Amino acid sequence: MGDWKTVTVPVLSSDSKNIFQYTSEKKISPPSMNSQVLRLPLPSSKSMHSFFSAFCTEENIEQSISYLNRELTTLGFPSIYVEPKGKELNLISIINCMNELLVQQHKNLRAQEEVEMQHLKLGSDMDHLQNSYAKLKEQLELSKREIVGLQERDRQLQSKNRNLHQLLKNEKDEVQKLQNIISSRATQYNHDMKRKEREYNKLKERLHQLVMNKKDKKIAMEVLNYVGRADGKRGAWRTDKTEARNEEEMYKVLLSDYEQRQKQLLVENAELKKVLQQMKKEIISLLPPQKQKPKERSEDGPVLSDLEEDIGELNKENMWELSCETVREQLTNSIRKQWRMLKNHVEKLDNQVSRVHLRALDDKDVISREDHELETEKLELEIQQCKEMIKTQQQLLQQQLMSPCDDDTTLLLQDCYLLEERERLQEEWRLFREQKKNFEKERRSFTEAAIRLGLERKAFEEDRGAWLKQQFLSMSTDHKHSENVTTSSSDQDGRLLNSTSQQRKPHCTLSGPVSAEPCQTSQYVSRNSSNAASKKPAGDSKPNQWEESDEGEIE
Amino acid sequence: MNFSEPCRLSGLLGRISPDGRCLASCVQYRLIVRDVSTLQILQLYTCLDQIQYVEWSSDSLFILCAMYKRGIVQVWSLEQPDWHCKIDEGSAGLVASCWSPDGRHILNTTEFHLRITVWSLCTKSVSYIKYPKACQQGIAFTKDGRYMAVAERRDCKDFVSLFVCSDWQLLRHFDTETQDLFGIEWAPNGCVLAVWDTCLEYKILLYSLDGRLLSTYRAYEWSLGIKSIAWSPSSQFLAIGSYDEKVRILNHVTWKKIAEFEHPATVANTKTVVYKEVEKPSAVEMERLSFPPTRALSSSLFSTQSKYDISQVPVSFQYIKPVADRANPKMGIGMLAFSPDNCFLATKNDNIPNAVWIWDIQKLKLSVVLEQLCAIQSFQWDPRQPRLAVCTGNSKVYLWSPAGCVSVQVPMEGDFQIVSLCWHPSGDSMALLSKENFCMCYLEREEV
Repeated sequence: MGDWKTVTVPVLSSDSKNIFQYTSEKKISPPSMNSQVLRLPLPSSKSMHSFFSAFCTEENIEQSISYLNRELTTLGFPSIYVEPKGKELNLISIINCMNELLVQQHKNLRAQEEVEMQHLKLGSDMDHLQNSYAKLKEQLELSKREIVGLQERDRQLQSKNRNLHQLLKNEKDEVQKLQNIISSRATQYNHDMKRKEREYNKLKERLHQLVMNKKDKKIAMEVLNYVGRADGKRGAWRTDKTEARNEEEMYKVLLSDYEQRQKQLLVENAELKKVLQQMKKEIISLLPPQKQKPKERSEDGPVLSDLEEDIGELNKENMWELSCETVREQLTNSIRKQWRMLKNHVEKLDNQVSRVHLRALDDKDVISREDHELETEKLELEIQQCKEMIKTQQQLLQQQLMSPCDDDTTLLLQDCYLLEERERLQEEWRLFREQKKNFEKERRSFTEAAIRLGLERKAFEEDRGAWLKQQFLSMSTDHKHSENVTTSSSDQDGRLLNSTSQQRKPHCTLSGPVSAEPCQTSQYVSRNSSNAASKKPAGDSKPNQWEESDEGEIE
Repeated sequence: MNFSEPCRLSGLLGRISPDGRCLASCVQYRLIVRDVSTLQILQLYTCLDQIQYVEWSSDSLFILCAMYKRGIVQVWSLEQPDWHCKIDEGSAGLVASCWSPDGRHILNTTEFHLRITVWSLCTKSVSYIKYPKACQQGIAFTKDGRYMAVAERRDCKDFVSLFVCSDWQLLRHFDTETQDLFGIEWAPNGCVLAVWDTCLEYKILLYSLDGRLLSTYRAYEWSLGIKSIAWSPSSQFLAIGSYDEKVRILNHVTWKKIAEFEHPATVANTKTVVYKEVEKPSAVEMERLSFPPTRALSSSLFSTQSKYDISQVPVSFQYIKPVADRANPKMGIGMLAFSPDNCFLATKNDNIPNAVWIWDIQKLKLSVVLEQLCAIQSFQWDPRQPRLAVCTGNSKVYLWSPAGCVSVQVPMEGDFQIVSLCWHPSGDSMALLSKENFCMCYLEREEV
């Protein structure tokens, strides 16, 4: 369909709201097709009238009819006139034409819809294709670049490879060459040697002939007298018997050597077997008891026990039997089995332990590890300290050892140190001895004082006793007399007391210091006793006074 | 440690008798037999020419003196000084001479190694062994003296002949698969003979007493091979020292290598003890100087004291790379010796000439290295205990034992360069030999 434009009819009627300028430019043009497709909506009847009246009015009916006719005929419709040049209208053909036009209009609309749909689809397809095209282009670029890079690398590696191959080949060639040289030289050398040796042998033969032929008397041995053989036996002729004997002896020597070696090997074997047996026993004991692994054990159990029984039986014989193949195999096989089982067991334990470690939830474990770490740290510290100590000691030792070798003065210095120490020691000894003496003296004086004290006590007791007796006696006599006597006696007592106390004081002062002379004390004691004897009545209050004063002095 | 006065000596010919009572020394053409403990001259013999070789017979009753230039061997008796014996090889010439183990036969090797003549001192018989091999160790006796192995070469092939020493009867004769046999040595138990090839080929063959080949050992090809070997006293081990500075130990059960000892220039193992000899400045007190200087003073003035220091590992030694185009280069393990109790092996790597390496055989590890100031001349184990005496060409003798290491200056006036030493069979003393003199060194029981 080509362009068709409708005539833009100027606005005529008053209800121009409904009039719309209908322009539809339908061009078969590129992409912006989705923009301006305006549909012709079905106009309302009123507007239709106005619209239609716009085209055809009462004045130009005939003109419009003829125009319509012309248009229809050009479109291929039959004419709406009855006759070609008449003015009568063929109603039927008009209606037909109208129908046809309507049908066409429907068709066109449908076609338009379809086209529009297709248009949309194509548009989206196009977009999609454009996007994918762009992406693919990018990918293609990248791949191209990668390929270029890889090709470059490949080329480099190949060239390196070629170089290395070449080098290897060169080296191999060289080695081969050298080996060839060596072998050729060796053969040459051997050949030359052989030639020279043959010549030499010829010379030797010649010389030998000469020497033998000359029968030189000079070649002789001069001996004063023949010496006896070392072992004292006489010489013997060389016969076949002696030959046989020599062979025998030689074989004996060889045999004895082999026997000795075999003995050693037997002993070794026996020891090793013992060790293996022991090991087997220990492995069996280490393995877990039978209940844990019933399966394995049940399979091997009877077999093992059989083997063990066999081995147990054979073992007793083994000591005397030489290495029996079967026994040896059995022993080694059984040990291998046990060892494998032990290994499995240990591996299982290891797994368990590792699992436990992985969990690491138990506080116990954590603490124990910490403890362990602490302990190890402590031990390490101890070790370090010990090491340092050892180092210092070594250094000191070395110094001590080194110094005397180098210098005599250090020896002297050492001597000086020793002298100093010795003098110090002597001083201390002296002091110690002095102190000892002093202590002895003090001890002696103390003992003496103690003795004195004892004696004094004894005397005092005696005095007391005497005084009491006197008192008692006096009391009994005073009782007979009047009271005055008692008071007077009491006064007397007091006076006596005073006198005795006065008398006491000097004695107390005498007894105070430790370094009092023993003779004095004895005198004192005797005096006391004499006093006691003379002054019996005053003896009563003596002990109290004595004690008090004594206490006072002593304190 | 006491040292005796020095006595004259020539040609490093000082030998202690097997019974340990006498010491034979040579001065030019005179043979002097001395008592070992007092060095008093017991006998004096005069030979016809300058003596080149001296050997005691196994029962210490006779001494042989060989004069190669004149081709004469003279035998002297200790019991009867009047007894004399002279063996003249005449035009056959003489290159080597030795006793047989029974002490009554003398084996002379004539010039060009034409033949070995067996002269008997008890009978008038003479035996000849033809085609002996001209190599370093061509004759070997078993320790009990019953059998003798002789290396021979006929038609460019090597053979070994075994003889019974009592009647010199040929016991076995077999060929060896060697290119050029270099040496043979019996194991101490007398049942295995080790035969090794020239240094161009590392190959050692082990033959049983009855001539069967027990085993062959080759460590590597093409490079220089075996330089020295040593059997352990119990015959359990065979130590092979080679030019690649390694010692390989074979065991007697399988004859396979059980250990390989390397001698690198740097020792880094912390368990190895390295004793380094250092010079100690000798302290001379100025007041005691007198004129003329006394002997003790002069020795202390002109000689430096030395002592051993323990070096901290890692230790580097002086490494010498010999000239490549000379034959018999000074590289590889040149000296090997087992201690008598089979516990230690002492080795010397000629590339590191100042060091003695002591290996613990029980652990198969390097135990001690002794680093000296001068090159090692020789070392020898005490025949009774694991004690090693080392001499380095100066006037000091060095002793090592598992308890420690000591360096002793020999008090001697003038130069005394100890080149060789040999122990007394009892291990109580040893003879120190230099080119001009020798002296005896008496060790006390508790020392080292």
